Amino acid sequence: MDNDQGLGRRRWQLAALLSAPMLWLGVAYLGALAVLLVSAFWTVNGFTGEVVREFSLQNFRTIVTEEVYRNVTLRSLGVAVAVTAICVVLALPMAFYMAKVASPRTRHWLVIAILTPLWASYLVKAYAWRVLLANDGPLDSLIGTPGYGLFAVVIVLSYLWLPYMILPIYAGLERLPDSLLEASADLGARGGRTFRGVVLPILVPSIFAGSIFTFSLSLGDYITVQIVGGKSQLIGNLVYANVGAANNLPFAAAIACVPVLIMVVYLTAVRRSGALEEL
Amino acid sequence: MTRWVLRSVMALGLFFIYAPLLLVLVNSFNGDRTFGWPPHDFTTQWWSAAWHNGGARDALWTSVKAGLGATAIALVLGTMVAFAVQRFQFFGRDTVSLLIVLPIALPGIVTGIALDSAWRSVIAPLGLGKGLFSVIVGHATFCVVTVYNNVLARLRRSGVSFEEASADLGASPAQTFRYITFPMIRSALLAGGLLAFALSFDEIIVTTFTAGPGIQTLPIWIFNNLFRPNQAPVVNVVAAVLIVLSVLPVWLAQRVAGPEAGASRT
Repeated sequence: MDNDQGLGRRRWQLAALLSAPMLWLGVAYLGALAVLLVSAFWTVNGFTGEVVREFSLQNFRTIVTEEVYRNVTLRSLGVAVAVTAICVVLALPMAFYMAKVASPRTRHWLVIAILTPLWASYLVKAYAWRVLLANDGPLDSLIGTPGYGLFAVVIVLSYLWLPYMILPIYAGLERLPDSLLEASADLGARGGRTFRGVVLPILVPSIFAGSIFTFSLSLGDYITVQIVGGKSQLIGNLVYANVGAANNLPFAAAIACVPVLIMVVYLTAVRRSGALEEL
Repeated sequence: MTRWVLRSVMALGLFFIYAPLLLVLVNSFNGDRTFGWPPHDFTTQWWSAAWHNGGARDALWTSVKAGLGATAIALVLGTMVAFAVQRFQFFGRDTVSLLIVLPIALPGIVTGIALDSAWRSVIAPLGLGKGLFSVIVGHATFCVVTVYNNVLARLRRSGVSFEEASADLGASPAQTFRYITFPMIRSALLAGGLLAFALSFDEIIVTTFTAGPGIQTLPIWIFNNLFRPNQAPVVNVVAAVLIVLSVLPVWLAQRVAGPEAGASRT
């Protein structure tokens, strides 16, 4: 057996397969991210507008000490938490109905009904809500509209990310054997108690998996905020404003570190529950 | 009782999901320029106005080109990595998977400004400014993951025995790939490619930062015209078209690979 030769050839094959993708993602993309991270420690000369490539913690000091940035961070976190909570509350009964109550035929169509809007454009959905929430719009003529603002942002983001919460919970419920529910009922537990004692603990990883989507997508968003947010601003808007209008890339990079940091902390926190395997 | 409550929540949830989309469809026939509600007149003039709108047409064409370019790159790169990770043992395999997911796991604006500043400081000095090509590069970066996931799952399930049998029977590696491996992963490539195209077609944030001057994809066009009241009817028709079109990939995925195929966008 020409084992050495075979091994050598396989090594070449591996190198051939990996070189192009790794050049692209490992060198170009990671490199770009690294430079961005480093530039967060640079500053911009206030007079010339040129980037000063010297190490400084100035940007981060500004973000931590100035109240505006603290407020925006807290507001973004609050929006992300609210959106996640709304999605969980809506997704749990819907996913439960799909997985455990509906007939197999209905279930098939319900899954399609939940999946189809995922293919509809993000922008189109945000736009639909802009029309829905407009003064003299449909909602206004029925019950009155809350108008554009933070509340509208929470509703629209919940709307956008709801399927991302339903699907992992549905998948988790599908794996949950019916016999467990029956056993709980036989032992005298009512619906609510079975749900709290049996279903919910098993679903924790799925809920966390869904929350990774709802949380990170909400934290990074700035488009929806521009469309239905009125004057309110989230972290993404500050990053955008600093890249564009203010032309201060180092500061934008420093702000962009905030959601990334929050996500890293969040991912490490939910990792133990096994949520990452549910993605 | 519980059953009845669950059923109503399901119905309400579906109403919550579909009502805004239906509203866009209805409004595209609303005779009132500002979408006064309820609609009083029925008109098809917005549809013909949208059909003749040059900006929207150009943007659609740009989006299709960007989507096809990004999908092609993603198909090649994603398949290569999937084969490397599934068929070889090597140091840092987990890191490779993580690297593939990173572009969609990070907020789009981070990927966007990273690629933008890299392009401006490394590639632009070489004489290649931002244009359609930089959009394709940006999109391909986060599209690789869809192809990778689909092909990887397929390779995991199908194993190597058919390929070994083919080699034992004297087929050359090229023949084995042509007659065994490729047919085996074909539907996975289709599903991954479809997802990649959809991701690219819908993307706005990375596009904002990687598009050269004068390059407008459809989402960018919609966004730029969203706040102009006199463009509202045309924007609405474009939105209605996109909603109708979104049924297409679901239908296609159903036809090709059964109900699970469209189950994940990532």
